[in-house]
Amino acid sequence: MKNLDSVLAAYLAGWAIFFVYYISVSQRMSTLREEVERLKALLSKGSSK
Amino acid sequence: MTKSIARAAVLFALIAATAYLAFNYAPIEKSMGVIQKIFYLHISCAFSAFVAFGTCFYANLRYVFTREPKADWLSVSAAEVGLAFISVVLVSGPIWAHPVWGIWWTWDARLTLTFVLGLLYLSYLLLRSMIEEPDKRALFSALFGIFAFLDVPLVYFSIRWWRTQHPQPVILGGPGSGLEPRMRVSYLLMWGALTGLLILLLSARYKLEALRASVEDLRREAEVR
Repeated sequence: MKNLDSVLAAYLAGWAIFFVYYISVSQRMSTLREEVERLKALLSKGSSK
Repeated sequence: MTKSIARAAVLFALIAATAYLAFNYAPIEKSMGVIQKIFYLHISCAFSAFVAFGTCFYANLRYVFTREPKADWLSVSAAEVGLAFISVVLVSGPIWAHPVWGIWWTWDARLTLTFVLGLLYLSYLLLRSMIEEPDKRALFSALFGIFAFLDVPLVYFSIRWWRTQHPQPVILGGPGSGLEPRMRVSYLLMWGALTGLLILLLSARYKLEALRASVEDLRREAEVR
């Protein structure tokens, strides 16, 4: 079928954009979660002194 | 966590099913052939981007009038998700155009205004990254976001107002326009699935912004001590 490769390229590029974006949100989320834990630990250490 | 992974898996399965319908249930368009199958992704993403930018506009207005931080979180989340959707439109469009028009890109009204729309929301995100003070950042970006949204109706009506290389509308395009029933079903299902994806991404991004706000609060608290 003529141009089928272009159709597949468009769909793959589209899914790739969504996938990369979802991964980027998840990674930023886990970095922030770690930061929250670190700050909470820091604050609780400070208050126990 | 497992719930959100399950939700994402169901959604991706749904999108795959609608893509299957677009390829196998919807007929092949006579003049363009199989390349027209890009339509289902391209148009659905464009409408989903408009929904995201509309949400951003609503949140910006809400922030200006109420100064609620949650409105600011929603606006940045919707802007970023909308940018992802409009990026898919800007990538799939030239792939569709090349075999049909013989060119990847032309600076006609619809294409140029869509490109500008992407740049406006990219600028919105850059503007946010340049202002450190949270209230100032939220207000300036809300005002810029209200201005950026003005491009959305221009993009939508450009093919009705001006002569463009981009085809005339087939959805809500007036007499003589419209889709073959199986194409319409495939298009609506694809748009429904992508709207589900929009909601999933928006809710994940909103949670991220809420978490960022609590990190900023904790940092301030740590600095005070």
